[in-house]
Amino acid sequence: MEPNSYERSSVRLDATFAALADPTRRAILARLAKGEASVMDLAEPFAMSQPAISKHLKVLERAGLISRGQDAQRRPRRLEARPLRDATEWLEKYRRFWEARFQRLDALLQELQAGDVGSRQRSRKKRAAG
Amino acid sequence: MTNSGTFTITARGDREIVVTRVFDAPRRLVFDAYTKPELIKRWLLGPDGWSMPVCEIDLREGGKYRYVWKNDSDGREMGMGGVYREVVAPERIVATEKFDEAWYPGEAVGTIVLVEQDGRTTLTQTILYDSPETRDAVLKSPMQYGLTASYDRLEKLSTSLGSETLNA
Repeated sequence: MEPNSYERSSVRLDATFAALADPTRRAILARLAKGEASVMDLAEPFAMSQPAISKHLKVLERAGLISRGQDAQRRPRRLEARPLRDATEWLEKYRRFWEARFQRLDALLQELQAGDVGSRQRSRKKRAAG
Repeated sequence: MTNSGTFTITARGDREIVVTRVFDAPRRLVFDAYTKPELIKRWLLGPDGWSMPVCEIDLREGGKYRYVWKNDSDGREMGMGGVYREVVAPERIVATEKFDEAWYPGEAVGTIVLVEQDGRTTLTQTILYDSPETRDAVLKSPMQYGLTASYDRLEKLSTSLGSETLNA
């Protein structure tokens, strides 16, 4: 079967979630949210070698979450907000879909509990009467 | 209702979706709501305008279940079903699931775990998909997902109509 648009567009979302699964990478993104920074700047707050940080940056870059700035010397990294926003929006949409179901379930459970209590009271009365 | 704040959803690893939610009811009742057809039909619906004319359940290990939803205005139907792998009342259900028109190979596996404390029940619902691509497609369009292939095949409905009505 021809890959449809959902399959094509899902590749990046998956890469986004994988990239976000790591705490160091999330911290790097938080730092870049304040403005662009060089690899050295980014390595500084972490007890990590520059190659280790570069590995994380590669993952973020492949996921489209960061890009490189113009300055050839510093190669500053900057945040790309779009994929992050997309991933959040998809999660939110899925959440709304299930929350609508769960709210109907809340109402149903309330009704069942009311019925439960009612029938128990009735059977208690019956026993008391009998 | 007041329990919306207890809802969490996580895209765990690259093939799972994990949902947790608290309900103000003993788990015996939540278990019933997940396993009795007359109760399932009342809440496990899609967006407004979809009903659930078919809900058949053979609640035992190796037993099958089948759901069919119907769009009441244009008559379109969407079905899914699977086989129960584990049934431990009132705390745990594991079942395979597959949409009739799914374009992905293999089946997803859903696990529901119910934990009761002080009369309230915490539900943990995990779905493990066959691939990261399937997981993401479901996240993007939980209901539309099962309809995608029928759209492709029927080539009747404009994509805009599909996304407008199904994502509403």
